Amino acid sequence: MLNSQNFFSRLKQEGFNFYTGVPCSLLAGLFSILEKQDEFPYLASVREDAAVGLCSGAYMGGKLPVLLMQNSGFGYSLNAFTSLNLIYKIPMLVVMSWRGCGGKDAPEHIIMGDINEKLLETSGMEYSILTQDNLDEVLARARQTIVKDELPFTILVKKGFFDER
Amino acid sequence: MKGSEAVAAVMAELDDEPVVNANGFIGREAFTARDREANFYMIGSMGLASSMGLGVALAQPGKKIVVLDGDGNVLMAMGTLAMIAAAAPKNLVHVTIDNGVYESTGNQKTLSSQIELEKVAKSSGYKNSLVVTELDELKKAFRTALDSDGPSFILVKVEPNFDHNTGRVTHTPEEIKRRFMTAASR
Ligand SMILES: Cc1ncc(C[n+]2csc(CCOP(=O)(O)OP(=O)(O)O)c2C)c(N)n1
Ligand SMILES: [Mg+2]
Repeated sequence: MLNSQNFFSRLKQEGFNFYTGVPCSLLAGLFSILEKQDEFPYLASVREDAAVGLCSGAYMGGKLPVLLMQNSGFGYSLNAFTSLNLIYKIPMLVVMSWRGCGGKDAPEHIIMGDINEKLLETSGMEYSILTQDNLDEVLARARQTIVKDELPFTILVKKGFFDER
Repeated sequence: MKGSEAVAAVMAELDDEPVVNANGFIGREAFTARDREANFYMIGSMGLASSMGLGVALAQPGKKIVVLDGDGNVLMAMGTLAMIAAAAPKNLVHVTIDNGVYESTGNQKTLSSQIELEKVAKSSGYKNSLVVTELDELKKAFRTALDSDGPSFILVKVEPNFDHNTGRVTHTPEEIKRRFMTAASR
């Protein structure tokens, strides 16, 4: 079964060696593992747009970056993606929690939960929705987008994958 | 000192150090003063030159990285000062051209006359932080910052003077990235 530990191991296997983000409870397990290891020190970002800037610089310096965020942070970072990453072609892997998915969540998440996929699509951001058995396929698509097309790739993560406490 | 003089002085002092230029006139002035492969020009993404510079500095610890920022940009991303201070890259020099206005959009006032940005950087935890007002001072302070451990913050007080005829960066965003990546990993 997919969990934070084996997901992180797979990311490392894929060569991802730079980790930052802003926490979300749906990704709490993943953050906890990142904070506990020091092979690739986790850097706490203060905002998601700053995290996009950080990852972009790291990529240009030769790293393969991963940015963990709640989908609310997608709103904060939309300008960074459209005016930086998509036009300069600066890739990164975005692990985005899908709060408000299916309309069942706290009020502040409902609208973004509803428009999350549409917003990714209209802004031209490649993404996949994670399931229990598609990780290989998702990472293959991520590799294609990040390494070959040099564009950001987002993995949308619903509740119940990486929220171990 | 004038803003364009300050940008030109910083650019003249450089060897092969990668520079991340903030959006607006600053990047255009840097491009006009001295276009080089190791210049990254931010054309949008206001506020992100500093976080991007931090990323480059962490990925390339053996190189001095320069961020050429603006007061409006720094005020927009003040939290990034905390990120830089916390990560404490010894190889980062953060120069802020403080003209007191958003010059690129028509000289509207920023808060920089009411907020002492050099103190914000210092109390966030930058190793060094200072203000310069004269061109000679700037040259000396920048040289010192390049030759010592950072992160260093240099607030450069200037008069707004950018020339609206200053050329726009002619390279495409993809070219800017490619050139910069090659230069940064050399
Ligand atoms: C998110 C965002 N808001 C507003 C702008 C418009 N804008 C472009 S440059 C600029 C001013 C930047 O100010 P500063 O960093 O002080 O540099 P200066 O123009 O004074 O050289 C503004 C407001 C923008 N590009 N992006
Ligand atoms: Mg200004």
